[in-house]
Amino acid sequence: MKKFLIALLFAPVLAFAAGANVPLDKWPGSVSDKAALQNGAKLFVNYCMNCHGASYMRYKNLMDLGLTEQQVKENLMFTSDKIGDLMMVAARHDEQKLWFGAMPPDLTIIARARGELGNPGAGADWLYTYLRTFYQDEKRPTGWNNVAFEAVGMPHVLWELQGTQVMNHETHKLELAVPGKMSPAEFDKAVSDLVGFMVWMGEPQQEYRKTLGIFVLAFLALLFVVAYALKKEYWKDIH
Amino acid sequence: MTMAGGNFEKYKSDGSLAGNVLEWVDARFPATSMWKGHLSEYYAPKNFNFWYFFGSLALLVLVIQIVTGIFLVMHYKPDASLNAAGVPVAFASVEYIMRDVPGGWLIRYMHSTGASAFFIVVYLHMFRGLIYGSYRKPRELTWLFGVGIFLVLMGEAFFGYLLPWGQMSYWGAQVIVNLFGAIPVVGNDLSILIRGDFVVGDATLNRFFSFHVIAFPLVLIGLVAAHILALHETGSNNPDGIDIKEKKDEKGIPLDGIPFHPYYTVKDIVGVVVFLMAFSAIMFFAPEGGGLFLETPNFYPADPLKTPPHIAPVWYFTPYYSILRAIVWNFFGLDAKFWGVVAMGASVVIFAFLPWLDRSPVRSIRYRGPITKVMITLFVICFLILGYLGTQSPSAMGELISQICTVFYFGFFLAMPWWSRMDKFKPVPERVTK
Repeated sequence: MKKFLIALLFAPVLAFAAGANVPLDKWPGSVSDKAALQNGAKLFVNYCMNCHGASYMRYKNLMDLGLTEQQVKENLMFTSDKIGDLMMVAARHDEQKLWFGAMPPDLTIIARARGELGNPGAGADWLYTYLRTFYQDEKRPTGWNNVAFEAVGMPHVLWELQGTQVMNHETHKLELAVPGKMSPAEFDKAVSDLVGFMVWMGEPQQEYRKTLGIFVLAFLALLFVVAYALKKEYWKDIH
Repeated sequence: MTMAGGNFEKYKSDGSLAGNVLEWVDARFPATSMWKGHLSEYYAPKNFNFWYFFGSLALLVLVIQIVTGIFLVMHYKPDASLNAAGVPVAFASVEYIMRDVPGGWLIRYMHSTGASAFFIVVYLHMFRGLIYGSYRKPRELTWLFGVGIFLVLMGEAFFGYLLPWGQMSYWGAQVIVNLFGAIPVVGNDLSILIRGDFVVGDATLNRFFSFHVIAFPLVLIGLVAAHILALHETGSNNPDGIDIKEKKDEKGIPLDGIPFHPYYTVKDIVGVVVFLMAFSAIMFFAPEGGGLFLETPNFYPADPLKTPPHIAPVWYFTPYYSILRAIVWNFFGLDAKFWGVVAMGASVVIFAFLPWLDRSPVRSIRYRGPITKVMITLFVICFLILGYLGTQSPSAMGELISQICTVFYFGFFLAMPWWSRMDKFKPVPERVTK
């Protein structure tokens, strides 16, 4: 009876499952790959930051990717000359509203915001899918549509790298109509690096957090041994 | 001899300087009587089990929340205006704490994890009271103070959740405050009074900040003190639900009682360490708690022009939110929304009536029969299902299930005077068992 009741208790928990509208491609990267993050940072400041800010980040935080102050200043800073400045967008907000109908969102923590209930890390998969599934669509004002983000307001900023994809309406699959500067494999790697940078930027101390966590848990495990022995010692005369 | 606040002999100095100081203090302040009455000569039953850790853990989490809260207030800015980047200042200040304040991310994660941990330990603490009949005479007032703590804690969590000024903060508050609008006659004015504006805005953010950091914590600490004082006046219940004060030795000490200090202080330290391991595992390795502790849509700043497709409260409110949504019928010419609010309020307040609803001749589940065991299990299952459904988008199936669970939820309490008496009971032992 007791076991049956306990099994019943956990039944609702097992029913937990979150589904996405579009099947997402798994982001293949890792936030511990410093070289990939550096490449992602370069793509981010060159392609994304013309319209999107990363306004919770400071340029000096980019030095955590293994870069010197000089390297950050020369390669990654286009909107400011002070290393302590926030990574603000170059364009003006009122102009952007005019162009796109809305202000492009700040991207500092976009990877976290795109997560799902039950899988907060799914934001990376969404970004990895989204940035690779733009296709030409004459019905859209920008001429571009997206599989992961129906009727998206953003044009395909990486088109010169990926080339032009079109939707085959019979197979419902994307086909590369005009090749870009990169091969599909190279482009996937570039997007993976870019997504990696955005995942890292969402919480730059995330690797340190996990390292610290291991030390804290190890300390607590040690403390447990001492605390348990103390309790045993005091309680040995209680029956 | 009373358990607490008794007449303990005043401290006599041994002639040393420290002894003299202590004697001086003790003649003017109840230091000895407080120490003895609440710790070293407060006799607690020796048979506390796993379920008895959660009271001291709730106190620990309260301290964590207050201490981390003090540091967060140093850097957080309750300001809904937009900064140069077009982001609300309040939202940006949270990210500032996460990135630019040394150790800020740790303090913030402790506070956000602590909020969920608070509800986990409090729910388990309440469950303990439910299965061992801790609310029964003479501990009704301890229970009532506890229900008060729970209500204030819910308010505290609700106000605090607005402060990061994310999408869920904003729209969650909008939905909940709008509910007050369903109250006839005064509803509309009441919701304006709560918001301080016609929509959730800067005025709302600032008053919620004030409630969260001053008003509610003060009340909370007062109620916690009253909860513990009332408990120490009657003495603690135990898993056997029997009164240890009925069997005393010649000195008036309960035979099955042991001094809280050092026995339960050293035992609770073990509980604290195990709790901190679970707490740290979440905080360091999954601070979002799977999207339940930090909801992912809350990483978007509040946008009054963009309603999210699905607005869900944080997990600890979802059972009551489901009850609110389950009520879809108009009664007596009043809107279903109003009855939903009434049902939601009643589902929380009804806990206060437990001491008078339970008519079982014994306190503890150990000596109660299958009816009690099945009813409590079904109640917990209903509570979990309601909680799960509250995180999900509305659906026809979900609505039906939540209605069934709501009926059982209230039936559990309202029919308790009958089912608690009908059960088969086992003889209760004279002395506590292992």
